[in-house]
Amino acid sequence: MGKPLETCDVAVIGGGPAGLAAALGARRAGAGKVLLLEREKTLGGILNQCVHDGFGLFLYKETISGPEYAERLAEDVAREPVKVETGAMVLDLSRERVLRVNSRNGYRLIQAGAVVLAMGCRERTRGQIEVPGTRPAGVYTAGLAQNLVNLQNLRIGNEAVILGSGDIGLIMARRLVFEGVKVKGVFEILPWPGGLERNVRQCLLDFGIPLELGSTVVEIRGRDRVESVVVAKVDEAMAPVAGTERVIPCDTLLLSVGLIPENELSKRAGMELSPLTGGAVVDESLMTSVPGVFSCGNVLHIHDVADWASFEGLAAGERAACYAAGERATGTAVHVSPGPDVKYVLPQIVTSGKAGVEWSFRVARPVRDVRVEVRGKASGKVYARGKYSRLLPSELQKIKVNDAVEEDLEVGCHE
Amino acid sequence: MSIRNGAVYDVAVIGGGVVGCAVLRELSRYDLRLILLEKESDLAEGVSKGNSGVIHAGFNVPPRSLKARTNVAGLKLVYELASTLGVPHRRTGKLVVAMADEDRRRLEELKAAGDRSGVPGLEIVDAAAIGRLEPLARGRWALHSPHTGIISPYEFTIALAECAAQNGAEVRLEAPVEAVHIRNDLFHLTTPKGEFAARRVVNSAGLFSDEVARLAGIDDYRIYPYRGEYLITDKDSGLRLGRPVYPVPPRDDPGLGIHITPTLEGNILLGPSAEAVDDKVDVATTREVAAKLRAEAARLMPELARVPFIHSYAGIRPKLVDPSGQDRFGDFIVEESERRPGWISLVGIESPGLTAAPALAEMVVAMLGVRMDLELKADFKPERPVHKRFAALDDDKRAGRVAKDADWGEMVCRCEHVTRAEVVAALRNPFGARTLDAVKRRTRCGMGRCQGGFCTPRIVGILQDEGVPAERITKRGGGSRLFYGRLKG
Repeated sequence: MGKPLETCDVAVIGGGPAGLAAALGARRAGAGKVLLLEREKTLGGILNQCVHDGFGLFLYKETISGPEYAERLAEDVAREPVKVETGAMVLDLSRERVLRVNSRNGYRLIQAGAVVLAMGCRERTRGQIEVPGTRPAGVYTAGLAQNLVNLQNLRIGNEAVILGSGDIGLIMARRLVFEGVKVKGVFEILPWPGGLERNVRQCLLDFGIPLELGSTVVEIRGRDRVESVVVAKVDEAMAPVAGTERVIPCDTLLLSVGLIPENELSKRAGMELSPLTGGAVVDESLMTSVPGVFSCGNVLHIHDVADWASFEGLAAGERAACYAAGERATGTAVHVSPGPDVKYVLPQIVTSGKAGVEWSFRVARPVRDVRVEVRGKASGKVYARGKYSRLLPSELQKIKVNDAVEEDLEVGCHE
Repeated sequence: MSIRNGAVYDVAVIGGGVVGCAVLRELSRYDLRLILLEKESDLAEGVSKGNSGVIHAGFNVPPRSLKARTNVAGLKLVYELASTLGVPHRRTGKLVVAMADEDRRRLEELKAAGDRSGVPGLEIVDAAAIGRLEPLARGRWALHSPHTGIISPYEFTIALAECAAQNGAEVRLEAPVEAVHIRNDLFHLTTPKGEFAARRVVNSAGLFSDEVARLAGIDDYRIYPYRGEYLITDKDSGLRLGRPVYPVPPRDDPGLGIHITPTLEGNILLGPSAEAVDDKVDVATTREVAAKLRAEAARLMPELARVPFIHSYAGIRPKLVDPSGQDRFGDFIVEESERRPGWISLVGIESPGLTAAPALAEMVVAMLGVRMDLELKADFKPERPVHKRFAALDDDKRAGRVAKDADWGEMVCRCEHVTRAEVVAALRNPFGARTLDAVKRRTRCGMGRCQGGFCTPRIVGILQDEGVPAERITKRGGGSRLFYGRLKG
């Protein structure tokens, strides 16, 4: 096969809320040949299985369902001369931005001027959190359950327990109740819920589904199909407390225990990844350590609101178009790191002299009455400050620095 | 009950593990009517799937034992057989490491045992050599065995059966033998799939070989189940392990000790533990053993204790050693019953049964040959049709496949890069195994880091396209149903 035959200016990998927006962004910034590659048969990514309401408030100024949000974004893309391919999976990405793509139409190599990664995320599995016990049918990650229920129209069980209180788990608790499944409880190992407050309220409390914080599933029982789970309280070290075990009969266990940016292609390209986000280390243009490769959406870091993944996509697409047109940033790199009570901050690198950079950050635990400050590490200078009565790990926050940045920074919570 | 189709089989093999399937293939060289009866929904569902997948050289078992003889004989056969059948395998070599100088004597004992059994190439190496061979492993001294290797035990088992099927042998899944009656010198085997009459029976029922023998009135055996738990790493753990690394066998461990084994795909297996359990099918994993496995990993390969695992599982060993007794060693039993001539039992086939299987098969055929005329078929095909995995092909070959059949262009599994063509081929296996686990073992769908999170809906869709209604889809047959019907449209 030798040399790649096909070229494009900007290749966007993934057609979900971030990727669709990235294709739009690339076009708005003047990219000529934009190629959008989506591995599923339809555009929209995970939005298609999110039949609940609550999308679009920021992008479209009204709340719509996931599929409606996907449809609108896809219509916007369809108005542009973007080449959209569905059922096309990128199997490999090289440092030189050569993509290996497989689809029913053929297997081929594509040379891209710039690449936007928008592959989304995957779910943490039972094996990764090492839930002991048997391995029967009836254990599903929440997103898989969402797909089977909402897209395949299948009844996955009759009595369910949910481990973990991530947003998808909360939403699935309500969804299962709608379908006549008895949801016996949601168990969260942390002392606070993983998902958004509004989801705890609207999906659990309003339906009388118990949420038990500081507890976990310590054993799965049942040979062929789940027959019961054993739950127990955990101590501060998250170890189960002996004597607190309780057997809950059920035939289904849903896991909503975390999302992981899906960076398999990024790894193949030899990209630097952050252990804090699970995504790429990026600069203010969302460019990764591989020149010309940009990252956005859940493959970069986990978002709680799809709209923000789309905004990130728009920005990444624009910057990718500029790169493809030959624009290069000049200047030394300024490093930005998380300070007290901050789990991560993004971008991690800023070109020295840049002004007006906005950071995304997430707190590591719930905090009250804090000042979030962007501080110069050497000078101690406060570049930006925000006051918050309460910050939750489930909510992604933004903070903007108007001044030009010339030194390494830290974003942290202070009393 | 009438005999199914009025047919009489020359030999019925009970149990579709690696031994039963090796016996079936070996018998399929001859002009015989053959059937294999397996109680589960697929082959290799028992002992043959839950082990380390190591091709043993033969130094861990007492010289002159049947285990040692069939292991060493099997070693000479197994690599060529795996190549013939197109089963992925690799001669990796192996290290048994001693952490302290005083354990060097144990290595010398193992080497002496191996030398006496005819195990080739064993040598004691020092810490520097360990570092050269396995930079991440720890150890003062090691026994290096150059001919030890790794193989996928379930792929090997399935390949043996596919070859036998291609040569005319029949296989019935979900056909547990529930009763045995002897009439007119025939063994009548009752199963939910009908009654099968056979002149000879090979009982290779693994964990249940004692119970199956009892059905025929042979009350000579008792199997003690010993559970072994494993943890498995992601392929992307960044840790490289070239060959299995074992500790000096601990004196209190009924197995070979918790060890680390690379898979052919680049994962690392950590385990197994060894606990006597009451239940032959209790493959639950436990928090306690997982912690023990990690502690042992920290000794053998400290980096391994720090990486995440993507899956845990357990297998059961069919031992002949009573956990409450004094005996430490139970040899393989391969014998024809004096009370029931024509009935051959293979009992207690635990490690190194995977390696020994081809030799055990030859042994069984020789035993049967005393009682029956075995005539070689002129048209025996030793191999089986095999397609190289899409993931293993180069660009040109991939493009060629897709151009010929678009199903090769439809990716089903994003983690292991499996195409629709491969899933469909797996579902059209000659045995009718159509469960999620059957697809997983044949294609690797669901073995990657998403553990089936993404490919399950697609495989469910393909299963329905292939004629399996949603409510009949199971993880591994029996009551392991996935769905309780459809939701209101």
